[in-house]
Amino acid sequence: MSSSVLKFENVSLSFDGVENVLDNVSLEMHAGDTLIILGAAGAGKTVMVKIALGLLGSTSGRITLFGQDVTKFTEPQWFTIRPRIGMLFQEGGLFDSLTIEENVAYPLVNRTKMTAEQAKPKVEEALKFVELGHTLDKFPSELSGGMRRRVGIARAAVSDPDLLLYDSPTAGLDPITANRIMALIIQEREIRNATSAIISHRFQDGHMMANFRYNPESKKLERMPEDSPLRQRTRFLVMHDGRIVFEGNERELDASRDPYVSKFSMHRSIH
Amino acid sequence: MFDFLKSPILTFQEFISLAGRATINIVRRPFYANDMMIQMDVIGVGSLPITVLIGFFSGAVMALQMSRALSQYGATGQVGQITAITLVREMGPVLTALLVAGRNASGIASELGSMKVTEQIDAMRALGTDPVKKLVTPRLLAMCCTLPLLTILADMIGIIGGFIVAVPMLRLTTTEQYWNNAWRSLEYNDIAQGLLKPLVFAFIIALVGCLYGIRTTGGTQGVGRATTQAVVVASVWIFVFTFLITRVFVNL
Repeated sequence: MSSSVLKFENVSLSFDGVENVLDNVSLEMHAGDTLIILGAAGAGKTVMVKIALGLLGSTSGRITLFGQDVTKFTEPQWFTIRPRIGMLFQEGGLFDSLTIEENVAYPLVNRTKMTAEQAKPKVEEALKFVELGHTLDKFPSELSGGMRRRVGIARAAVSDPDLLLYDSPTAGLDPITANRIMALIIQEREIRNATSAIISHRFQDGHMMANFRYNPESKKLERMPEDSPLRQRTRFLVMHDGRIVFEGNERELDASRDPYVSKFSMHRSIH
Repeated sequence: MFDFLKSPILTFQEFISLAGRATINIVRRPFYANDMMIQMDVIGVGSLPITVLIGFFSGAVMALQMSRALSQYGATGQVGQITAITLVREMGPVLTALLVAGRNASGIASELGSMKVTEQIDAMRALGTDPVKKLVTPRLLAMCCTLPLLTILADMIGIIGGFIVAVPMLRLTTTEQYWNNAWRSLEYNDIAQGLLKPLVFAFIIALVGCLYGIRTTGGTQGVGRATTQAVVVASVWIFVFTFLITRVFVNL
């Protein structure tokens, strides 16, 4: 078994006035795993990844990151572990006072002693990867929603993190752009071999992650063989009102009779 | 029973904590000198024209108002003294601060608020920067540097405004007497409170703006609410503190 990357043990969170935003959530991700977190809006998906990144604290439970207990970490301690995690925020979370180049260079310049000049080759490479090499001097407001999302992916991945968290990478995008973004995420997984968690409300996103791989030779996505280890390592998680109501692989998800869970597998016929 | 007190006390607690963190960060690395310069430009240079305008007119209106009152006692020669003292002690600091609060507490709150609702502040933390250090401290420092300077400028222009009304316009006194009177009437006590006030107001404006910005919730509507609240709260505290500071200095 490969090493544990992220582990939640009975994690709960209540805000003032709102009980159980997260209710007793337990999960574990190992190196190389892909986790697809499905659920309706307000089910606690974003809150869960924000807890994993230390942006929100939990009320109870234990969180372990890369084998280290981070439950009681202070903000300065979090700064030491966050460089190992890349996060794509909903809508990208780009700094709109900075250019695209400065945005992508931000994690490099701020965490390492790199200057903007030294970071430039890596930034260009990361932007080329998301097919936005020509936008270096533009500002986020000049890009479309899908492009901003892609810049967000470049920024999350530029510092070679061990764990990538994607918060709703396809939300609010048209199907063509959404598929392009998912293809990039699959490519990212293949090339960096990073552990990734993807929040989504679209079953197709998970279906793509579970069934397709990137072929570096033909530079295209292709269907994974039935016995591919990647297939085994892609798991689905369905959340409802702060609880995990389903955990398993795609076949199990399809077979589920639970009325809420099966809502997330109904659109299968599209592929 | 005292539930209604919960929210203001919580806000006050957050304010104190933010003030503490922002102040400690002044001496902690990394320093964002560049951000501070930008803010000094936005707050200081940006507020210059309007400060000059209100400074001039508050001095002028002061002299105008006093002309009648003073002539009743045959003391129109004292107009320089009255204009200088009221401006340096009270009008200059408070009016400049209110203006800068309207301009910049709202600006800061809406900028930080938009960053909050679009997850830019979370992204900043995720990418290894402390938002208090990067956003709050430069604004606080910039405000503390520029507001006293703006106040000094407003005072000066105000006394000139008073002069224009008192001498060329109404011929209440002579040029020498006006300036002599204005200059001699100011004591160290007046100057001290006139400079302490803008420094305290700078803390209030910058930190209230940042606090309401950073704790914005609820999308664009929330940003609007945060902006309004920041201006209202900052203005109220400016009046409370000018009273407290004056109360202390009156007895000195």
